[in-house]
Amino acid sequence: METYALLQHYWWFIISLLGGILVFLLFIQGGQTLIYTITSNDTQKSMVINSLGHKWELTFTTLVTFGGAFFASFPLFYSTSFGGAFYVWMAILFFFVIQAVAYEYRIKPDNLLGQKTYEWFLILNGLFGTILLGTAVGTLFTGAEFTVARDNIGNLTGNNTISQWQTPWRGLEAVTDYRNIALGLAVFFLARVLAIHYFYNNIRDNEIAALSKRPLLISSILFVALFLTFLISLLFSDGMAVDPANNLIHTEPYKYLHNFIEMPVIAILFLIGVISVLWGIWLGISSASPKAIWFSGTGTVVTVTMLLLTAGFNNTAYYPSLADMQSSLTIYNSSSSEFTLKTMAIVSILIPFVLAYIWYAWKAMNKKPITAKTIEEEGGEKY
Amino acid sequence: MSILTAIDVVDWSRAQFALTAMYHWLFVPLTLGLGFICAFMETIYLKRGQDPEWKKMTKFWMRLFAINFAIGIATGLILEFEFGTNWSNYSYFVGDIFGAPLAIEGIFAFFMESTFFAVMFFGWDKVSPRFHLASTWLTAIGANISALWILVANGWMQYPTGMAFNVETARNEMVNFWDIISDVALVKFGHSVTSGFVLASVFVVGISAWFLLKKRNTHLAEKSMKVAAIFGLISSIAVVWTGDASGIYVAKHQPMKLASMEALYQGSEKAPLSIVGILNPKKEIGNDEDPMLWDIKVNGMLSFLAFHDVKSFVPGINDLVYGNTERDIMSTAEKMERGKVAIEQLRLYKEAIQEGDTATARSIVGKFDHTTAEGQQFLNDYFKYFGYGYLSAPTDIIPNIALTFYGFRIMVALGLWFILLFTVILILLHKQRISSYKWWLWVVVWSIPLPYIAGQAGWVVTEVGRQPWTIQDLLPTVASISSLDAAAVKVTFFLFAVLFTILLIAEIRIMLKQIKIGPKE
Repeated sequence: METYALLQHYWWFIISLLGGILVFLLFIQGGQTLIYTITSNDTQKSMVINSLGHKWELTFTTLVTFGGAFFASFPLFYSTSFGGAFYVWMAILFFFVIQAVAYEYRIKPDNLLGQKTYEWFLILNGLFGTILLGTAVGTLFTGAEFTVARDNIGNLTGNNTISQWQTPWRGLEAVTDYRNIALGLAVFFLARVLAIHYFYNNIRDNEIAALSKRPLLISSILFVALFLTFLISLLFSDGMAVDPANNLIHTEPYKYLHNFIEMPVIAILFLIGVISVLWGIWLGISSASPKAIWFSGTGTVVTVTMLLLTAGFNNTAYYPSLADMQSSLTIYNSSSSEFTLKTMAIVSILIPFVLAYIWYAWKAMNKKPITAKTIEEEGGEKY
Repeated sequence: MSILTAIDVVDWSRAQFALTAMYHWLFVPLTLGLGFICAFMETIYLKRGQDPEWKKMTKFWMRLFAINFAIGIATGLILEFEFGTNWSNYSYFVGDIFGAPLAIEGIFAFFMESTFFAVMFFGWDKVSPRFHLASTWLTAIGANISALWILVANGWMQYPTGMAFNVETARNEMVNFWDIISDVALVKFGHSVTSGFVLASVFVVGISAWFLLKKRNTHLAEKSMKVAAIFGLISSIAVVWTGDASGIYVAKHQPMKLASMEALYQGSEKAPLSIVGILNPKKEIGNDEDPMLWDIKVNGMLSFLAFHDVKSFVPGINDLVYGNTERDIMSTAEKMERGKVAIEQLRLYKEAIQEGDTATARSIVGKFDHTTAEGQQFLNDYFKYFGYGYLSAPTDIIPNIALTFYGFRIMVALGLWFILLFTVILILLHKQRISSYKWWLWVVVWSIPLPYIAGQAGWVVTEVGRQPWTIQDLLPTVASISSLDAAAVKVTFFLFAVLFTILLIAEIRIMLKQIKIGPKE
């Protein structure tokens, strides 16, 4: 593989990995939807919110980094999807803004909107943040209504916009494809499952654990059902592939199934990831094990990363255009230049260092689990 | 979308970006400066054998830091994504260069800031005192490194360098990463973060003055005031210094911005600077009205500030629009023609490719090759004016003069006021007489909004002053936008305007309440 193609693959891997980490960290959002469900008094609610509140910035930061890395490595996707599916991305931003202030403002006196409002901000972020992100990711497989014409920027009269959206719904039309909805809801229920696993690890409270059982069971079943719906439909769907000889894009039946068969390492890792998530789910349901999050969390990162790799590797169009097949985006036709990818690749060598200090800080903060007593001791610094 | 029908969308997209950026800059400067002030205080706390008074003080300012922190992050997220949602042509045209600093910011600075913020705020009893202190410093440093990369990106838009145009991909591509971190960008970074330090310092001295007036927590207030006033005085001198450097780069790379800031229509040697003045609203380019209704001028001062030479020539708006052959300044009409020639190459290249005319295609690629003499000449004679090709009229290059003229004066006047403010505070603290000058303490309290106004005014000068460009000389706003209906942008503009305003009011109320509650044991 020549250097440029190697870098394009490397950056798609980084994007996929960031996507995997982001989906895992959406447990914060999932937990926010449970603040009334798994608590029976204010102290318990405070325990749950503080357990999440010490980590919420990590999800937020990962979302920012995911956006920044996409911009740097695949700017044509950034300009096409963000400028096109305008309402979807604006809605996602809206639901993340209301989350950002909710933790800090919730129990502060004179907070203008009242405690309940900020708690509902958390719930709305948890609900729509996950579903919208999942649905948006679904379009990486199912496609979207856009066209791309780079030369338009040379037009001095008439249309000079490079990427254009072909429906007035601006991305909202993604809900008309059941596969997008299935993935969006799967992400939502997975986030709830991961959140409860995280609480099993981070909170010591028998009542919270008991109240979590039912939502965990329901969310686990719905997640598995929805994820399987998406996965099976994907494996039997047509995909779009690029012919490296002439760069033309064509429809390929069972493209994603072929990708798994033709990339066995990815298929095996994907399966390991899925099994790990399922094992975590079993540990959670059967014994409320604090170890469940290790399996379900790691499994989520691996599964999502591998899934996203199948969207972009093996000459696949990772953002199929339903309006004009040749406008579909591949890692070859939408990436930054070789120089930029190389420069960014050098920069990315430091990522393990970043992960190491996050890990270290997280471990230091999580040494003692959250209990009713520790929450009372937090005093003015608690959320 | 045609250029004519795009104008409404352009204005609304600009309004949306301005709204987000202005709200963002209400919160970020406090984060930039207060982080360091907390770090100074916590360092003193440890140096003085864990003196509980210093811990109480640190925790109080940290609480205010945390209230402000979240909303700064939230508005920053929107800014990043708005490049894609509202400015998709821009995102493609320069994404190869512009995306890198944003990604680096996310990977390194933002993670550092958010990871250690959690330790700083919640980790007092969970980690060792030294680890906690390190976390406080890393939060402050992370926030400022974050600002560095964002301002590198912004600086690059004002002074694009380190890239080459690729006609095959119809975009600019990075050829030298280090060039992107230009002196322009570094000066912009220095000016912006030090203005944030000043804002945080005024915030701390203002609140401390209020405690002194109320005779509450007086020890704590005087100590806080001392730390912040020293930091503020050093920072406000740095703001003037970096502002001066910034002015020199504006004169060199964005002469229209400078002319607009000074309402200088006719360029001259020994160009005067209006210290204060009132613009003549009837003045337009091409009429005989005097630009000023009233002003106090100092001859040669603008030349000195722009080029550090009182005799130097500073071009005016007329020179830049109509050209000045004596001074070798090309007219905008000529630049527009040359820009059109450069843009036309894209169409010719596309035609050549479609017709299989490889010789013509190769020849066009050669014109953009910066490594050959032929390429250098075309780039210098034509591509340099690429963005001018999209303009409708030469006068399009004139930004809003009133906003830049008054914005600049407000910023400078307030900048000088802060030096005086901190100097007097330090003298009174040194003489241990600050509490007896109640009128002065009220002046300090009422100075709290002033650095916010100065910061907003500064960004208005920077961003309005560079209009019509998103990338100086290469891409105007009219050619940068997404293919959107104005209605879609309007709806989201008002949605976020209402949301930000509510959240701002909430933040101010929470902040005021926490100040009234004061430091806790």
